[in-house]
Amino acid sequence: MSILVDKKTRLLVQGITGREGFFHATQMMEYGTQIVAGVTPGKGGEWVLDGKIPVFDTVVGAAETTGANCSVIFVPARFAADAILEAADGGIPLIVCITEGVPVQDMMRARSYINQHGARLVGPNCPGVLTPGACKVGIIPGQIAIPGSIGVVSRSGTLTYEVLYALQRKGLGVSTCVGIGGDPINGTSFMDVLAMFEDDPHTDQVVLIGEIGGTDEERAAEFIADHMTKPVAAFVAGVTAPADKRMGHAGAIVEGGSGLAADKIAALKSAGVRVAEHPDLIPEVLA
Amino acid sequence: MKLHEYQAKQVFSQYGIAIPRGRVASTASEAKSIAQELGGRVVVKSQVLVGGRGKAGGIRLANSPSEAEEVATQILAMQVKGLPVRKVLVDEAATIVEEIYLGVTNDRGARSPVMIASSEGGIEIEEVARNMPERLFRITIDPLLGLREYQARYLAASIELRRELWREFVGIAQGLYTAYTESDATLAEINPLVITGDGRLIALDAKMVVDDNALFRHTELAEMRDFDEEAPPEREARKYGLSYVKLDGNIGCMVNGAGLAMATMDVIKLFGGEPANFLDIGGGAGADKVAAALGIILSDSNVRAVLFNIFGGITRCDEVARGILMALREVSTDVPMVVRLTGTNEAEGQRILAEADMLTAGSLSEAAQTAVSLANERQSA
Repeated sequence: MSILVDKKTRLLVQGITGREGFFHATQMMEYGTQIVAGVTPGKGGEWVLDGKIPVFDTVVGAAETTGANCSVIFVPARFAADAILEAADGGIPLIVCITEGVPVQDMMRARSYINQHGARLVGPNCPGVLTPGACKVGIIPGQIAIPGSIGVVSRSGTLTYEVLYALQRKGLGVSTCVGIGGDPINGTSFMDVLAMFEDDPHTDQVVLIGEIGGTDEERAAEFIADHMTKPVAAFVAGVTAPADKRMGHAGAIVEGGSGLAADKIAALKSAGVRVAEHPDLIPEVLA
Repeated sequence: MKLHEYQAKQVFSQYGIAIPRGRVASTASEAKSIAQELGGRVVVKSQVLVGGRGKAGGIRLANSPSEAEEVATQILAMQVKGLPVRKVLVDEAATIVEEIYLGVTNDRGARSPVMIASSEGGIEIEEVARNMPERLFRITIDPLLGLREYQARYLAASIELRRELWREFVGIAQGLYTAYTESDATLAEINPLVITGDGRLIALDAKMVVDDNALFRHTELAEMRDFDEEAPPEREARKYGLSYVKLDGNIGCMVNGAGLAMATMDVIKLFGGEPANFLDIGGGAGADKVAAALGIILSDSNVRAVLFNIFGGITRCDEVARGILMALREVSTDVPMVVRLTGTNEAEGQRILAEADMLTAGSLSEAAQTAVSLANERQSA
């Protein structure tokens, strides 16, 4: 089956009347995701998506009325931290933030706060979570993945699509795909998702897609060596990235010595992970 | 965005951190008159956005205004690690008894700010971390509580600072932390923080990096950006919201998404080619953005072939295809190109490219192989 989201997910869309929020809410609904409410401050009382989805002014109002248990955030970067805090305060247990460009200090404060509230945040700057055939929360194109037993976890957006597409072309299905986002401070780490896949009876093996910057892949390697019984395959982007250059993602900064792709690949390999040389080759290194 | 030393010092002094008297100059005669105002010995410091200025000869003492003029003339004519010096900071020279390090930055692992102090100031902190890790002390700061006094005292005690300076040190640590949070910095650093002959603590150097994503709420910091420090293609890219980094190879790349862009570079290399750049056009890029991006790629005279790798999600393939054709109408070029388009509105995108006789590829591997052989043909021609 899946982790994080499934057919029982009751989704709230924060920023549903915005350009991005509206477009992707439509796509998610067409995929079969159960959207129960939208939130846009000042537009409470309106109905959107062919008059099927009620819009609320606040997350608390939406959650109390509709029983939403997951929220996806499409609000502009300067309001994103506030939206995350509002969702956590409104009792939403799973918060997925798609927005990119959120100030890093906003994220440190938000992260500290939601930890105290026991909510889980995925993202920001991520493509979201997709359980093929059941539920899509975010912007991962639905048509590039089929249901199956491979868990996918990634720091990237379009690179994840590349891998999903490579799997699909070989007829390989996915249990859940989780985009954890490319920012330096995010809500959910590789380790968190690996632990969920390890416990999920419907996931047989895992594909991890990393990139330069930080030490998340190294920590994941330690976790895999110590706690994972399921096989893991990986690809790490940025072998050719020069040290000390910023490659778009705030997270993709090589920080003196650590953070290099070569070190990450070595750590993963020593944990028994089979690392593909390029994304198209992922299906060939699967168990 | 990195601030120059003189800019960071201005920010720090607003938070109660003592800095030497001094001003910035862009000519040697200005440097002379600043030295005259200050009186006594001065230090003339190149203002470039790289470390290691001292070793490169970009920081020098001067005993008189005329010597300051002479030294400034030399420094303003030099390059520090390839960067031309356009400004010098002229500061009064301090009598240094001890040099301390104090900095605050983001700790990704702890997902919190971290403050670092060391008794070994005046050298790069990475060097201290490597050679004398026992002299380096860190405290993790709860971003909701901020830096507490006891934490700053712990650092003061750890670096064995004289007790009579603790109060002043705690004030500086709190000032630095507040400067860091209120400026949305990712790094705020004083190296060295010196104890002077008359027993004061002064920030002799200052470094600050501000989070680009937070500049929208710091117009006064955003205005400090030194456009001269940015290469023209990078500047042009930023104007269009593109992320571009020039590299040394000959295959230009245009990709949507940073991770995929890096992976594309990796695959090019895997097939024996060398990427000329990293370029992420971002999500949802329209035709005009694609056209601007192509112009930037082709402004690099090393480019012998261009590879487009677009995986449409938010980005629509037909928009990108139109952008490529639009750009080719504006930029006349005979550089060969190969396009790989997949995802949202793929069929329409392919049709547009086919009508224009563009070379296409079905997968990333195929596109990379084609680009490498196109570039090699060109290079040897």
